Amino acid sequence: MMRFSTLIKHPADWMTGGQGEHGAVMTSRIRLARNLRRHPFPGWAKREQRAAALDMMRPAVEALPAMKDAFSQELGDLTSVQKQVLVERHLISREHAARGDGSAAVIERRQTFSLMLNEEDHLRMQAIRPGLQLTAAFSALSDLDSELENALEFAFDPSLGYLTTCPTNLGTGLRASAMLHLPGLVLSDQIGQVLQAVNKIGLAVRGLYGEGTESLGNLYQISNQSTLGESEETIIRRLERVISQVASHEKNAREKLLEDDPEMVADKIGRAYGVLRHAHIIDSKEALGQLSLLRLGGALGFFPPETVNLCDTLLMDIQPAHLQLHSGRKLSPEERDAIRAEIVRSRLHSLDSPDNPITSRDSTPANDPTNPGDA
Amino acid sequence: MKCDFCDKKATVFLTQLVEGQMKKVCLCDSCAKERGVTDPTGFSLADLLLGGVAGAAAPKAPGAAPQAPQGGGRRCQTCGFSLEDLRRVRRFGCSDCYATFTEEVGQMVRGMHKGTTHVGKVPAGLMAMQVLHQRLEELRARLDQAIASESYEEAAGIRDEIRNLELSAKS
Repeated sequence: MMRFSTLIKHPADWMTGGQGEHGAVMTSRIRLARNLRRHPFPGWAKREQRAAALDMMRPAVEALPAMKDAFSQELGDLTSVQKQVLVERHLISREHAARGDGSAAVIERRQTFSLMLNEEDHLRMQAIRPGLQLTAAFSALSDLDSELENALEFAFDPSLGYLTTCPTNLGTGLRASAMLHLPGLVLSDQIGQVLQAVNKIGLAVRGLYGEGTESLGNLYQISNQSTLGESEETIIRRLERVISQVASHEKNAREKLLEDDPEMVADKIGRAYGVLRHAHIIDSKEALGQLSLLRLGGALGFFPPETVNLCDTLLMDIQPAHLQLHSGRKLSPEERDAIRAEIVRSRLHSLDSPDNPITSRDSTPANDPTNPGDA
Repeated sequence: MKCDFCDKKATVFLTQLVEGQMKKVCLCDSCAKERGVTDPTGFSLADLLLGGVAGAAAPKAPGAAPQAPQGGGRRCQTCGFSLEDLRRVRRFGCSDCYATFTEEVGQMVRGMHKGTTHVGKVPAGLMAMQVLHQRLEELRARLDQAIASESYEEAAGIRDEIRNLELSAKS
């Protein structure tokens, strides 16, 4: 059985994967909800009933070939920091982290699959992939689901589909979502419009951090709301189409910003570089904002392309529970801000200044104001 | 004030709007920590009231755990979930509740999703059942038509076919 420290030591596969679409689509995530037939749902089950359901599911899940040598723990056996780290990695939900004995998390070694046992539903299964890969993620997770069917009898009704605790998940039990980095649309003030359009066709949009259209780090999540009445393929196809459109709007917005106001773009990215390279105290809000701009700089060629992945890993590692785990003790907010700055500085240590003449891009930020390339 | 989960002194008091109703929960320090209540973003009172949080005994908060069915409420034979429970939490107790509360399910699902009938993946073992179900729906529609057009001979034939299919489904 894999230990917690081993699981978390490495970044997830999907955090360091490919970066298509200008790096605007960071990750794709598929979640399927399943329940055992005739067993009370976890929220209504008595303690022994919940334990009985867990005893039934856990061996079946651990026996999956994909879950060989997986991390598998009952939540009561994890510390609150460990649980919080799993939440920050998107491997378990906040709701699941609030649970204890009688609920478990089984996470595949590379963190591409994670299964929550006795969450709101008996089983919440998740697959994450880098970039826009909802179809691939679904197909892999659906295979896993089919394998589980051999061992477990899932609650299913011919007309309502997979039966879930909450009727909002009935039918396919599918929630497909993608995380997007949209600094171009935010800087050009188009984000509200785009998100509104996405909302109008029945998809949910929310900032990953913060509320509403105001999102820290320019990170947004788009997902389906309806789960009944359409096949998994139809839901995913629509979502992929919309997400590609948003990604291409983002690409256009970035290009237009570089064309219309290269100085502003260079200024923002340069300032982000300066702050992150030299700050000794940085709170999580500021760090998220500046890393978002640094990531944009990576995608636009101000920095080497691998900077994008570096930023994605940092976005994860600077979160509160990750910091506590890193330092092995409870930290005050002040200590956190200092350690966060220290980690950021050391990771970016070898990153060259965007002003160094390394790029051959047409729209290189000019050192010399008379540079004709600016025209 | 005592903690709702153990008998220690309550230090954390939570009030949230759950399904349009004010709910209050009192917790002691350790119970609050254990249940992740100290993180305001990661916590839903509904979970706590529903007993969804592991180790949570039935909350003692008044009105949170109505025991006696009111208004002649139905109960799910499998899990004991009542109509009142459903009205309160808008969730179900077990998969059989969907059969117990068919009418309510219909009302809840309308407008919630793009459709009201499942399209998509079916568990492999249930594929035959799904096919049978669709065939029965088809036959019932044809039976209605036959009766409406007063083709009683045809209707009798369809009725027999439906009976046979239903019998084979039960065996």
